[in-house]
Amino acid sequence: MEHHLVLRVAAKLLIPPILLFALYVQFHGDFGPGGGFQAGVIFGAGCILYGVVFGVDNLQRVVPAGVVRVLSAAGVLLYAGVGVWSLLSGGNYLDYGVLAADRVHGQHLGIMLVELGVGTTVSAVMIGLFYGFTSLRP
Amino acid sequence: MLELLALHYNYLAVVVLMMTGLYVVIANGNLVKKVIGLNIFQTSVFILYISFGKRLGGTAPILSPDFELYSNPLPHVLILTAIVVGVATTALALALVIRIHRGYGTLEEDEIERIEAEEQGGAG
Amino acid sequence: MSATAVMAHLPALAVVVPLMTAPLTVLVNRPALVWRLATLSCLLTFAVAVGLLARVLELGPFVYEIGGWAAPWGIEYRIDAFNAYVVLVVTGVSAVAMPFARRSVEREVERDRAYLLYCAWMLALTGLVGIAVTGDLFNVFVFLEISSLATYVLVSMGRGRAAPLAALRYLVVGTVGATFFLIGVGLLYEMTGSLNMADLAARIPPIADSRVVHAGFVFIVLGLALKAALFPLHAWLPGAYGAAPSAVTAFLAGTATKVAIYALLRVVFTVFGARFAFGTMAFDVLLVPLALAGILVASAVAVFQQDLKRMLAYSSVAQIGYMLLGAGLVSEAGLTGGIVHMFNHALAKTALFLALGCIAYRVGTVTVASMAGLGRRMPWTMAAFVLGGLSLVGVPLTAGFVSKWYLVQAALERDLWWVAAIVLFASVLALIYTGRVAEAAYFRPAVPGGLPDRAREAPLSMLVPVWLLVGLNFYFGIDAALSAGVAGEAARGLLGGVS
Repeated sequence: MEHHLVLRVAAKLLIPPILLFALYVQFHGDFGPGGGFQAGVIFGAGCILYGVVFGVDNLQRVVPAGVVRVLSAAGVLLYAGVGVWSLLSGGNYLDYGVLAADRVHGQHLGIMLVELGVGTTVSAVMIGLFYGFTSLRP
Repeated sequence: MLELLALHYNYLAVVVLMMTGLYVVIANGNLVKKVIGLNIFQTSVFILYISFGKRLGGTAPILSPDFELYSNPLPHVLILTAIVVGVATTALALALVIRIHRGYGTLEEDEIERIEAEEQGGAG
Repeated sequence: MSATAVMAHLPALAVVVPLMTAPLTVLVNRPALVWRLATLSCLLTFAVAVGLLARVLELGPFVYEIGGWAAPWGIEYRIDAFNAYVVLVVTGVSAVAMPFARRSVEREVERDRAYLLYCAWMLALTGLVGIAVTGDLFNVFVFLEISSLATYVLVSMGRGRAAPLAALRYLVVGTVGATFFLIGVGLLYEMTGSLNMADLAARIPPIADSRVVHAGFVFIVLGLALKAALFPLHAWLPGAYGAAPSAVTAFLAGTATKVAIYALLRVVFTVFGARFAFGTMAFDVLLVPLALAGILVASAVAVFQQDLKRMLAYSSVAQIGYMLLGAGLVSEAGLTGGIVHMFNHALAKTALFLALGCIAYRVGTVTVASMAGLGRRMPWTMAAFVLGGLSLVGVPLTAGFVSKWYLVQAALERDLWWVAAIVLFASVLALIYTGRVAEAAYFRPAVPGGLPDRAREAPLSMLVPVWLLVGLNFYFGIDAALSAGVAGEAARGLLGGVS
């Protein structure tokens, strides 16, 4: 893609807002439409766009495959871990209300962490799929 | 009858897509096309669920004193899960297709079956 | 947390323990360590399952609200004798097959991909246990897909180019099945506004004449029948079982179809109710002939298989017929027979597949021809295979006998003597196909150069699980108080006030 000047300039302009928008969708998810799934996909798509235009090797330098593997597992662990935390705090599994002194605050905290886990895993898995398919030699 | 169809054209689309998808899955011998058929089939169910949630004249389910009629968000949330599952299934299916292509050198089912039959004939 | 607090959270823990192990295996990523972690997790899950069953038998059915949200708005896990029993079978098979897996996987799967196998295994276990414990129909779909996707991965990790092909075929059929289930759940939700099983059971009877409910029933049953490999929807099963790594085949044969049958029975009996399913929809008119046809055809096909994994896979299709036959007879004895057969068949078939895994480990191929003279080279493995085969046939004093006894009794109760005759005739067929293997192993001389030099007795870590299961086959054949007792309890729970 070295010679596609328009693509490269457009991608350079687009990628930062895409990543920023992903973060907006992620952290706005507990007040309005949004959440981890969508944010993760948008974030992953931003990274994949970078990989498509500037080469997988460059993307690998930003997010190495090993990091992707760790992140995709860490997200699930965070999700399930929040559940265990609520168990240890005396509530049922995934009962966010017990995570903080008052239930409303606990719900906010719990849903934010869980969505963060979802977002982490989804974006990491998207990038991981991209790596998986691009590393194949015909 | 016609009026009923016109009012519920989305369900008509669901049926057409569902049958198209299933037909491709069953009748097409190419493995990639089978995966595409599977996708079309799943998409029909997505539309089915989204249609369930829609109330005519209803708005997005964000509480506001200006509105009284809301769409039902639950089917949409459910189908979001199903869409994610669908994406995962497609990714896995395509990965398998690549490995099958490496193993057999073809993606046509009848050719693969011919190779398998030859293999068994040679072994037995 | 105190012991009583742990007891109260058992339903969640049964799902959470394997769920949390799966990402940990990816993070650890060292085969030996990953296997230890997975084994520990399987044993822990099994302990949870034992606790669940004990609690149910002591206190009766109980409910666990996920996130503290009350049903029908929240998701609840509803535990009764039936699903505690199924969870026990699933986790038990996993806890026996996982210790076996280390050597087998070392031989059959590349070293750098082994951790993915254990990860997929834990996810499959998560999904299967989840289907069993949840009381929410959509949650069943989610867990069904978790277990299915993991299972496709497991199957594709088998040796040879046939494995990905078998996995893709399984994937296509499985996805169609799961999507049918999803359509049915959607139709029910649209009619009742609920996804909770207990809530649905109360809301369906007033609208039982609606065609949408009828369509929903058909979609759900068809989808789950595809997953359960009910004849003639079984075509994916022999390929998938034949291609998967040996340890995986043993795990799947004991769990995957059982859980699908559990879901089918749960939906038919608990959600729709026996009166609707067998009265309005006349489900038994379809189910009993299909079950019998499956028993006969699959057993007959098994007799002519050269590959032993495929032979046992066809035998599994026939055994699924037995389980669903019990349900189709719609009586306490029939259901007890069907449910206890889930347990007994899991014991017998897992033992057989594990024994095949030992043979695959030492010999490489598992065809009837490669068995010649193996009785002398691998005496313990072959003895276990023969004894497991006897349980499959249903010889008295083995577990298989108990379930067939109940089924024959249930058939005679309703004067269906020909059903009883078919059950007994199929046992003869089972005797033929397991007998062929024994004949080859013990009475055929070894072909010179036919067996590789490493074809000696399997290592102890593989033999112990096999013989543990063989021992249990005889234990539960002699003392069926636990297995049949809980199954009877489960059957009464399913039939409710109907009988």
